[in-house]
Amino acid sequence: MSATLGNLTPELAALQVEIEEYARGHGLDFFPTIFELIDADELNVIASRGGFPTRYPHWRFGMEYEQLSKSYSYGLSKIYEMVINNNPCYAYLMRSNDTIDQKLVMAHVYGHCDFFKNNACFAPTDRKMMDTMANHGTRVSRYIDEVGLEPVEQFIDACLSLEELIDIHSPFIQRRERPDRYNFQDRDRDDAARTGSPRYRSKDYMDSFINPRSAVGGLNDRDVEAAEADAPQQFPERPERDVLLFLLQHAPLSAWQADVLSIIRDEAYYFAPQAQTKIMNEGWASYWHSTIMIRQGLNASEVIHYCDHHSGTLASSPTQLNPYKLGIELFRDIESRWNRGAFGREYDDCDDHQTRREWDRQAGLGRDKIFEVRKIHNDLTFIDEFLTLDFVREQRLFQFGYNTDAETYEIESREFPKVKRQLLEMLTNRGRPIIEVTDGNYKNRGELYLCHQFSGVEVKLDEAADTLENLHKLWKRPVHLQTIVDGETAVLSFDGSSHEAQRGDPIDVADDSEDHA
Amino acid sequence: MEIQRDNRRFKEIVRGRIKENLRKYITHGEMIGRKGRDLVSIPVPQLDVPKFRFGKNGSGGVGQGDGKVGDPVGQPGDGDGGQGGAGSEPGSGHLLEVDVSLEELAEMLGDELELPRIQPKGSATIEAEKSKYNSIRQTGPESLRHRRRTYLRALRRQISTGNYEVDDPRVVPIRADHQYRSWNEVPLPQVNAVAIYLMDVSGSMTDEQKQIVRTEAFWIDAWLAKQYHGVERRYIIHDAVAKEVDEHTFYHTRESGGTRISSAYKEAAELIARDLPVDQWNIYCFQFSDGDNWGDDNRRAFELLAERILPAVNLFCYGQVESPYGSGDFLDAIEKEFGNHEAVVTSEIADRDGIYESIRTFLGKGR
Repeated sequence: MSATLGNLTPELAALQVEIEEYARGHGLDFFPTIFELIDADELNVIASRGGFPTRYPHWRFGMEYEQLSKSYSYGLSKIYEMVINNNPCYAYLMRSNDTIDQKLVMAHVYGHCDFFKNNACFAPTDRKMMDTMANHGTRVSRYIDEVGLEPVEQFIDACLSLEELIDIHSPFIQRRERPDRYNFQDRDRDDAARTGSPRYRSKDYMDSFINPRSAVGGLNDRDVEAAEADAPQQFPERPERDVLLFLLQHAPLSAWQADVLSIIRDEAYYFAPQAQTKIMNEGWASYWHSTIMIRQGLNASEVIHYCDHHSGTLASSPTQLNPYKLGIELFRDIESRWNRGAFGREYDDCDDHQTRREWDRQAGLGRDKIFEVRKIHNDLTFIDEFLTLDFVREQRLFQFGYNTDAETYEIESREFPKVKRQLLEMLTNRGRPIIEVTDGNYKNRGELYLCHQFSGVEVKLDEAADTLENLHKLWKRPVHLQTIVDGETAVLSFDGSSHEAQRGDPIDVADDSEDHA
Repeated sequence: MEIQRDNRRFKEIVRGRIKENLRKYITHGEMIGRKGRDLVSIPVPQLDVPKFRFGKNGSGGVGQGDGKVGDPVGQPGDGDGGQGGAGSEPGSGHLLEVDVSLEELAEMLGDELELPRIQPKGSATIEAEKSKYNSIRQTGPESLRHRRRTYLRALRRQISTGNYEVDDPRVVPIRADHQYRSWNEVPLPQVNAVAIYLMDVSGSMTDEQKQIVRTEAFWIDAWLAKQYHGVERRYIIHDAVAKEVDEHTFYHTRESGGTRISSAYKEAAELIARDLPVDQWNIYCFQFSDGDNWGDDNRRAFELLAERILPAVNLFCYGQVESPYGSGDFLDAIEKEFGNHEAVVTSEIADRDGIYESIRTFLGKGR
């Protein structure tokens, strides 16, 4: 079964069949993959929309496009490869690339497709995202026709400002008891008491269609109060990390606003696994393109060209860890260790460097192990589990930081625990602060109180103030963020007109933010 | 395509930003980079959506390569591709260069300062011929061959003579099929405008003052060029004697002599008489000085101005740049003498922030 549905030239179609065969031969397991041959400009267009040809209209994509096409036309950057997590997988080949590059890209793409299909993080993602994104586009366009460009655009901007406030683990954990799917009575009574308008019986997944928000009506202040009478003391009961969901359920949004917010949230959940597995995903794809190309794909005339591009892809710089490089080296390290049997208690307890180096139990488990790793890990657990002292030494990794005296970044340490710690910190929650809703009825005045789970690094205050303004656009009551500034608990607040920051001594964050307002 | 719509929207937003900050761009001319003849590039703060992010004290990362502890490494983000460190996102220093045409910039300036359109003096009597490639001929150089038309003609000929085979659709143009692009002369009414800049380069004018003049001149040029579809610029510098120079010399010369404004007026008057027939040119004179002049020179200067310059020009603007050395008397003198003359405008520019108002004063007359 070969997927030659794209618009490939006969030569490239033949290549695809060939490479696909190699990939399958190594045990890669992927969705049907469709390659589209497109011009550089089209590629820039698609890349600026995050890989999707059709999305909702937004100026941000136009900005992205401007930068990509400018940087392409000045010869500063070029996109080699782009592949979409979808069933079937879509991948793009740039028309002007050499045959050897196309081969390399195809081999690389099959690695990604295998990863998308098999890695656990991607299991809950929408595999018809191509269509879903197009539907999102249609819905947003319809709202633009109904209420005008500016309100919709401003609302999208506000939502995007919060898009990272999702609970990346929630697809895998049942955080709250689901209302019994077939027991409608409680809900009926609640709703009737709250809005007085009838609510029809529905199953969970049909609810939004049978009882659309516009008919049932959003919450108003009075409703909130009424609902609070029999609500538990805490609202939400437990801190809610899916801030977008909380807003969706409790913020006073109109029907179209709620729909736009749900669109942004769906897309955030779709993209989250890609941020969570960047190192593994790129490492896996690089591992496979190099394996396939070196063992089978290359002919003698292409070797130099291939090496040039392969090393370009894996080049690392002192200040920017290349995920391709780190990923492929780790996968190779794991493969070699499991091939040699260099794992387990006995190996860990061995202190002699020479013995460890020459350790070989002929276990031959390497290939199986890396397939298992690609299935069950994400970047955070991948680094936590497999980044070893030997590896850090061998790869000459170091940890750097900002030296305020010298006003430069400098190497702070080459110690294994520090390097690992820094990496893990960077990967926790995709390198974003963890922020949860702790109180949706703060001061009993319907104000929203968010808490930053402090982990040693402060949030950027000026930007946080701007973000609070956007949050206020959705919540429409004063909003607060509790965090830590200079070692003291601080609460940043925005009440719709002015900013406030409370702590030991008041600090002024309002100054900066007024300009942006 | 849809991306064009998003791109257009993005540009609209950028234009909005530029307009909002126009005052800043006007007073700090060096922020604007000139790009070729018609484009300028303007740095605009990145239009990013604000998010909760880690701040500077978390900006560290992991790197790879040689080096001892304590060795400096480059700025994170220098390399391309790869994983950004936590909090290592570029901060407010990140700027987006946007290309804007001078014409558009002038448009914004006009809107912002509420400048009236200029009514060109005289009618558009002068006609310039312009070649437009808008027709087709049977003969011409090969480089101008119109391939599509040639092909179509050959195809038509082959079909009509029965030489076209569907299974073997080869079309071979012969000499008679060849078509070439050709031009017509289109007469274009043209209105000419010239800006004559006069500047005192005596010792009392410092670099700071010259920078102010330069910035102001940039915006005046942009506005005039928009109004007249191009503007010619002439430069005259003077201390005790005057001479016509090119733009670079104008801004970079520094003399130490005394000041005799009449010498510059004489030079300007001669320039007008020699090169710029009054009935064909809209002439704009901009004089910048720190207001110092030799006492007995004023009378002679005003004579020249009244008799030989003012009758010829649309507008005579005198901008006095405040200087620690100059006396600044000339402003009072010229106001006393010509305060009521409709073609004379004066303004005092205290510092960079004064440029904005000064431009408004100069160009606000709509002449």
